[in-house]
Amino acid sequence: MNPEVRVYVPFRGPFDPCPPIGVKTFVTPPNLFIQFQPMGLPQFSPYEALRLGTLWPDLYSNYYPR
Amino acid sequence: MWIYEKKLQYPVRVSKCDPHMAKLLIEQYGGADGELAAALRYLNQRYTIPDKVIGLLTDIGTEEFAHLEMIATMIYKLTKDATPDQLKAAGLGDYYVNHDSALYYQNAAGVPWTAAYIQAKGDPIADLYEDIAAEEKARATYQWLIDLTDDVDLQDGLKFLREREIIHSMRFREAVEILKCEREAQKIF
Repeated sequence: MNPEVRVYVPFRGPFDPCPPIGVKTFVTPPNLFIQFQPMGLPQFSPYEALRLGTLWPDLYSNYYPR
Repeated sequence: MWIYEKKLQYPVRVSKCDPHMAKLLIEQYGGADGELAAALRYLNQRYTIPDKVIGLLTDIGTEEFAHLEMIATMIYKLTKDATPDQLKAAGLGDYYVNHDSALYYQNAAGVPWTAAYIQAKGDPIADLYEDIAAEEKARATYQWLIDLTDDVDLQDGLKFLREREIIHSMRFREAVEILKCEREAQKIF
């Protein structure tokens, strides 16, 4: 399970027309947990960074489609 | 100031799993003749209307918000359990890309709500005639919505809302009569 994903269970009424979706999810990306980026964070290799969109593993976030 | 009662004006039942109907119902949520436009129109016009009909606009404007809640409940019930794939299949792919399954004030064609839908002309007759026209247009919209679903429980809620439009139109017509002072005139036949 992606540790960035938060889960909640929406209210289920007794007369809801559709089969229940179960849980709702949303994403909390890593930038939420870094108040101010410190100096000297570990870095990807330049080639990897170009591919991933960031130089720092601490700020890298993948997205897994629903 | 308002006092909120934590219940709907009329019970909303939706029995058929038909997310596409949500796309159509949203016309009455954020469309030109929808409940949001109606509520904001009346609750704004009331400041510059003769004293005798201020209360009418307050009452009807407040009730429109109760209707807005009912429409929101219908839309939410129809979309809350749909996956992205199901929303796409229901013609809501373009909606999903902007709003997920959150509710948004837009019409059935995706045009966002705008204050240009409503007018406050300051002329009491002009404003009340606009209100009458708005009620009749909302009544027609409810009719077309009822035509487009075969869910009898959903139709029941929509029929209640349609009936309220008829009553509101009647009250606005009476307000015009009051402003014409026919009510006070002594008529001797």
